[in-house]
Amino acid sequence: MSQPSTLFEKIWLRHLVREETAETPAILYIDLQLLHEVTSPQAFSELKRRGLNVRRTDRCLATIDHSTPTTPPDEQGVRHYATEQARAQVDLLHVNCAEHGIELHSWDSPNRGIVHVMGPELGATQPGMTIVCGDSHTATHGAFGALAFGIGTTEVGHVLATQCLLQNKPQTLGIRIEGELQAGVTAKDVILHVIGTIGVGGGTGSVIEYFGSTVRAMDMESRMTLCNMSIECGARAGLVAPDEMTFNYLEGRPMAPSGADWERALADWRTLQTDPGARFDQLVKIDATKIQPSVTWGINPGMVIAIDEHIPQRTDSATRDALDYMHLRGGARLAGEPVDVVFIGSCTNSRLSDLRAAASLLKDRKVAPGTRLLVVPGSEAIRRAAEAEGLDRIFKASGAEWREPGCSMCLGMNGDIARPGELVVSTSNRNFKGRQGRDVRTVLASPLTAAASAINGRVSDPREFLESGA
Amino acid sequence: MSARATERAVIESRTFNLPADNIDTDQIIPAQFLTTTTREGLGQYCFYGWRFDEDGSAKAGSPLRKHDATSQRVLVAGSNFGCGSSREHAPWALLDFGFQAIISSRFADIFRSNALKNGLLPITVDDSVVQYFFDHPDHAVCIDIAAHTLSVEGYGEFEFPLDPFSAYCLTRGIDTLDFILQNESAIAEYEETGAGHS
Repeated sequence: MSQPSTLFEKIWLRHLVREETAETPAILYIDLQLLHEVTSPQAFSELKRRGLNVRRTDRCLATIDHSTPTTPPDEQGVRHYATEQARAQVDLLHVNCAEHGIELHSWDSPNRGIVHVMGPELGATQPGMTIVCGDSHTATHGAFGALAFGIGTTEVGHVLATQCLLQNKPQTLGIRIEGELQAGVTAKDVILHVIGTIGVGGGTGSVIEYFGSTVRAMDMESRMTLCNMSIECGARAGLVAPDEMTFNYLEGRPMAPSGADWERALADWRTLQTDPGARFDQLVKIDATKIQPSVTWGINPGMVIAIDEHIPQRTDSATRDALDYMHLRGGARLAGEPVDVVFIGSCTNSRLSDLRAAASLLKDRKVAPGTRLLVVPGSEAIRRAAEAEGLDRIFKASGAEWREPGCSMCLGMNGDIARPGELVVSTSNRNFKGRQGRDVRTVLASPLTAAASAINGRVSDPREFLESGA
Repeated sequence: MSARATERAVIESRTFNLPADNIDTDQIIPAQFLTTTTREGLGQYCFYGWRFDEDGSAKAGSPLRKHDATSQRVLVAGSNFGCGSSREHAPWALLDFGFQAIISSRFADIFRSNALKNGLLPITVDDSVVQYFFDHPDHAVCIDIAAHTLSVEGYGEFEFPLDPFSAYCLTRGIDTLDFILQNESAIAEYEETGAGHS
């Protein structure tokens, strides 16, 4: 090796089919395309229009998650979609996958789940890969040291037809996170804090690599939460270098290599590190020891405060607009604000460790009267695992609704929405106006903060329960 | 589908302002309208939550009520336009609503890429130029795509960085997928040599 290079540069170089020129972007080979019902129909119809086939069906993996109901089928086995158009969209993915021979995990699959939950669970997501999906939270797969881009539907078509993506080489942004997290502080609080620090446009044009002792100490599910929200600061992707934690997670999963292939893969994966002395275009340092349970108070994921901080004053138009929408007063505390709905789920926080964290607070406690708690596991596998250890019973005993896997109230496409004006404490990734229903006010938080808020019926610091329960 | 801005040499239009930063794609087209399986007819849902009340009646105070689709084909918006979801439905909706170009000081990456692929022109200018538009609503502009200049009546002429690849495709009469397909042999070779990942 000559020049020390970053993890991003190593993966980028390996996948170059054609280099970038002054006039043309790089052509990048894509190892895996994940597909779902919402952003693929127009891509398949474009292929048909042009008389093209899917180039590598073995590099495609599909699921249904966004438009799907999270309520069980009725006695006749009929699923109740929000609209007939939603049902038609799911049906069309069945048709498209059958026609092209693409592996689809639909209602009958024990592996069905949110696209960014299912890929890692199956071991389809592996270090050093390039991965795309018509979904901006594709960065989740970066937790494994895979370069994973969220793309538009035209590009979904490009990759179906050619297995390639056009990209101008991104900048690199190193985010070094050092120190031990305080009790009650999770990966979600870390990423909210990061976005609050660098802003919703702070990562534009860049691929982020998260590193440092805090990241090393995180388990894979936490790293997925961390990488998941990279898009919320505008980044094209987020990465964590693979290590023993990564390899232990992957070993034995259905689509992971096995036998001699596993040994070969391991030897290769161990090289996927940023070399000492390699330079990032930008570097940000975060002191993790100072991070508190964090929440959003406004209408984008960069409007973040620590749970015990005051909401900013009405000093500029963006803050005024956010405060008006949120019905909040500048300078007030967010903690203590009445909560109508709590949503625990989404590709950010619907994995087993998230459900365990929430259940640890809800055990032998009740959701506050007048507050509704919706718990939506990220996949069928997580649902089974949670039920096997009795988490569903803890949730139901607390008064929560235990749903079937899907994106659900994260974006409310399937009809899981709150009522106008309601305040939702949500473990999802976006608090945009109207995201969870018209005039619905979203507070993004960790599963611990969400559970604490459900119990109190008010936005709450989860440490209150950790201390009393210790 | 609406006329593609990048297929026209010149756009002469008046501007329409949405003076807010961080306008996300959930605002441009809410998720409830993403169950469509086509690209057409999404203009009716463009900025839906800003334009309509819950019962579907026009919202009284909506600035978009004043939008004149025939004369105002250039949208001017605050920084970080198109952030959030990767939905290509956003440029589809904006085009169908009547916009051919968008002026901002910064665009979110995925939105910018999606817009260019659909012939919706993202024009990046300095904050001061955006502010001039906000101070002078419904302003006459002329966008020369080939020369990549933006002429603002009574203010000046500005060069904007034109995406060189869009120009490359335009002059050759190809689209982005054609370009990749022209590299078929390189893709096949990459696959045969087993370069990159298994």
